[in-house]
Amino acid sequence: MSHSPHLSVTFSVFLLSSQVRFSHLEVDIRRTYINRRIQLQVTTIHTKSRRLLLPLHRFSSVLAMAAKVGFDGEDAGALVTELRASFASSKTRSYEWRVSQLNGLLKLATYHEAEIVDALNSDLSKPEFETLIYEIGMLKSSCKLAIKQLKSWMKPEKAKTSITTFPSSAEIVSEPLGVVLIISAWNYPFLLSLDPVVGAIAAGNAVVLKPSELAPATSSLLAKLLGEYMDSSSVRVVEGAVAETSALLEQKWDKICYTGNGRVGRIVMASAAKHLTPVLLELGGKSPVVVDSGINLQVASRRIIAGKWGCNNGQACISPDYILTTKDFASKLVDALKSELENFYGKNPLQSKDLSRIVNSNHYARLTKLLDEDKVSGKVIHGGERDTSNLRIAPTILLDVPQDSLIMQEEIFGPLLPIITVDKIEDSFDLITSGTKPLAAYLFTNNQKLKDHFVRNISAGGLVINDTTIHLAVPSLPFGGVGESGMGAYHGKFSFEAFSHKKAVVYRGFSGDASVRYPPYTKGKLRLLKALVGGSLLGIIRALFGWSKA
Amino acid sequence: MTEIVEETLCELRQTFKSGKTKSVAWRKTQLNALRQLVKDNEEKVFEALYQDLGKHPIESYRDEVGVVVKTINHTLSNLDKWVAPTKGKLPLLFFPTRGEVLPEPLGVVLIFASWNFPISLALDPVIGAIAAGNAVVLKPSDQAPACSSLIAKTIPQYMDPKAVRIIEGGPQICEKLLQHKWDKIFFTGSPQVGRVVMTAAAKHLTPVTLELGGKCPVILDSLSNPSDLKVAIKRIVSGKWGPCSGQACIGIDYMLVEEKLAPTVIELLKKTMKSFYTESPKDANCMARIVNKHHFQRVQNLLKDPLVEASIVHGGSLDEENLFIEPIILLDPPLDAAIMNEEIFGPLLPVITLKNIQESIEFINERPKPLTIYAFTKDENFKKKILSETSSGSVTFNDVLIQFLCDDLPFGGVGSSGFGRYHGKFSFDTFSHEKAVLRAGFFPELEARYPPWNNFKMTFIKLAYDLDYFGLFLLLVGLKRF
Repeated sequence: MSHSPHLSVTFSVFLLSSQVRFSHLEVDIRRTYINRRIQLQVTTIHTKSRRLLLPLHRFSSVLAMAAKVGFDGEDAGALVTELRASFASSKTRSYEWRVSQLNGLLKLATYHEAEIVDALNSDLSKPEFETLIYEIGMLKSSCKLAIKQLKSWMKPEKAKTSITTFPSSAEIVSEPLGVVLIISAWNYPFLLSLDPVVGAIAAGNAVVLKPSELAPATSSLLAKLLGEYMDSSSVRVVEGAVAETSALLEQKWDKICYTGNGRVGRIVMASAAKHLTPVLLELGGKSPVVVDSGINLQVASRRIIAGKWGCNNGQACISPDYILTTKDFASKLVDALKSELENFYGKNPLQSKDLSRIVNSNHYARLTKLLDEDKVSGKVIHGGERDTSNLRIAPTILLDVPQDSLIMQEEIFGPLLPIITVDKIEDSFDLITSGTKPLAAYLFTNNQKLKDHFVRNISAGGLVINDTTIHLAVPSLPFGGVGESGMGAYHGKFSFEAFSHKKAVVYRGFSGDASVRYPPYTKGKLRLLKALVGGSLLGIIRALFGWSKA
Repeated sequence: MTEIVEETLCELRQTFKSGKTKSVAWRKTQLNALRQLVKDNEEKVFEALYQDLGKHPIESYRDEVGVVVKTINHTLSNLDKWVAPTKGKLPLLFFPTRGEVLPEPLGVVLIFASWNFPISLALDPVIGAIAAGNAVVLKPSDQAPACSSLIAKTIPQYMDPKAVRIIEGGPQICEKLLQHKWDKIFFTGSPQVGRVVMTAAAKHLTPVTLELGGKCPVILDSLSNPSDLKVAIKRIVSGKWGPCSGQACIGIDYMLVEEKLAPTVIELLKKTMKSFYTESPKDANCMARIVNKHHFQRVQNLLKDPLVEASIVHGGSLDEENLFIEPIILLDPPLDAAIMNEEIFGPLLPVITLKNIQESIEFINERPKPLTIYAFTKDENFKKKILSETSSGSVTFNDVLIQFLCDDLPFGGVGSSGFGRYHGKFSFDTFSHEKAVLRAGFFPELEARYPPWNNFKMTFIKLAYDLDYFGLFLLLVGLKRF
């Protein structure tokens, strides 16, 4: 099966939304498809002083030219070879190396707070507070935990052996996988880049990180800082967009960790399949919030707002995507949300310094399209203000949008919050289970039965009752999706395990060599085997003395 | 054919949705039924295995029936513990919120079994899938037709046909199965097919476990005590020719030994084989045959290279009519020959000599990661070196195959020998999603979590991240500046 056509088709959607960046020249590419074949059209090429117009058929040579300056398959191959040599030297396996690198990350995050805040401000207008807490703070606690726990994580785990293999001892040894690739996302471009790196390094791997080109300031800051603070023989950053990512994906890796959407997740997994590379896919989905009546509405609405608009203005994989509540309760909930929104962001949220902007004009257009759909535009009951030139959309609440509208079909990933009403709160569970499995699901209730029902029947990466998004901050819980929201998990020790192979090791001596194992085979041997499997001591003794019945 | 797949899938989805398979009682009933099936049909299983592979009943019990019974026993006695949520520790700051990790079934899972252990490698993963509460479709290997049809006939008589289904067939049916969306695919077989399975799974974002093979080496260090060497050779012979005549993913593929030891080792190997399989292994009935003509020819072709043929130091009789190949030992076949570059999966044992046994680490590292490394040595430093400088699914010192029997050890490969793991609790985990669950109350409410942001909130959260409770206290009572 060939994947490359499919691969480029899907990647080109990315291309539409971004400019491919090379270090010395920028190429604007417009792609159209004819019969699933891709036609590439290069419109302009800007160099320092010239502007050229190039016909279609010369595109490949342009790409080749650009690639010489940028990063192509050859470079990717050379990079992997270099890191493999470094991994083979066993350097990355030592406890000391791992700790020194984790300390490097910690220093990087500590000494460069201001630069990181600036980069995120430039990429997303992310409020300083959010950057310090959710990006830098989370990374630092992740590093600190790993440094503190690393010795115990690395320790082989004793395992029991069975009576059939007596006398023997066994253990499970965690060993690094080798050279791993981490492809990260633009919404938390600092944390989602470096948090997996913490796991990969703690587990003793060599790492290539590809930050998202949609957060260019953070991407180049990461490239600079990792070059300064990390051992460049084993930890590298490759900046770039589709061409660079494709070049990287052609290589054989020992694990690929991808954070992003399901469409690209499929491409990553299909490329990994060629080399039998295991993947960790952190995707998203429509994470619902079920709100029951009879709760502390003020607390609930603040927690919903903190999870929705307080996390990068809804551009987070675990932020609440939509609310499910009963018809009777909806208006009370809306009132509470409105009043808390004003407490948080003031009367004119477009001016609020405490809200991120939309990442780029493409996503802005995507979101306004969701909002402008005929069957949806009349459902806005709060907000809806936009500022196209500053890529800002105010917190927007919609009531009772139809299920077949775009906004209910795709992950919103922005500051729009639809509220869907049901007759009975239990009905909301069917609505959730009829869709694909989300990364998170939230429930606000005081009803114990409802809680139990929710926990038992709602399948999602993670569940939180009476709060939103905070499970992300708990390192003792695995963070990862299921079904359409991804596979594999990380955070805390789970990160270490995600980048380790659990090697089973059995130690035996030369004594205790039972002839029952070896041919020639006899009836007596069969009896003994059965007794051993059955675990019946009496049966074993009988068989050994030849007393048991055939 | 397409309809069978679609109908089955549709029915199993409905069953899963009904919540039936999630009940622990249901899971236990199914596992008990499966154990009963194996017990009731033991003789038939022996027969089928004899028909498909010429396995002796003892071998069949040891490697197939016994494995299944043991796994079910272990699962039944631990299931209550496995299904219970595990507490996740939370920092004091989260009090009184509780965190737990709750295992939940993935849904409808697909299991592809292989032909070399057509009973245990089919039913062992089924046990894990059922224990975790999934609905299951099992596709037994069509290359072991007697076992496949025995499974297809007996499973519906014992297990819930609304949740456990057998679909028989060859490559066409595999292709059909792979077009659909599953919640997990568990595959045992070759890397080539593994790639196809994973590529198909990618379309639906289905997680996969790939149990592949590889060239598993056995390192034989010089053992000063002659009786130790004897034991080692016995174990090596049973690890090479014992499990399905070398047609096993964890069977020994080749041996690494020091030059000076080679003649002694080869003599001992010959002697041991004689005592196990007599002068005429074909008639001794203690060795399985080659599964089919295709594989017979494949193995035969490995020997065709004249330089390889010249390296044969023992055996070499091939009986195409009965698909039987006598144990063959080769001394230093060329390293670029096919026999040293693909998985042998048959009764041929290349013995590779090295100047110094320490070189074996380099030798292994130059090749794809194997499923298992066996090493017979008493040198503790060498053991440590093997453990830390090579990579493989598992490592067994001074014995063979037993890592497969330990329920507490994960069984699975790494690199080209696959990924994912099963056996014991690992089987349960393989077919479960570990769901993070956090239960909070509405009280207490920390103002510092919410905008508008100010310096007090910043200081608060920074202290909270550092779990500096004393600092937090000072801040809250106004004794700390922000």
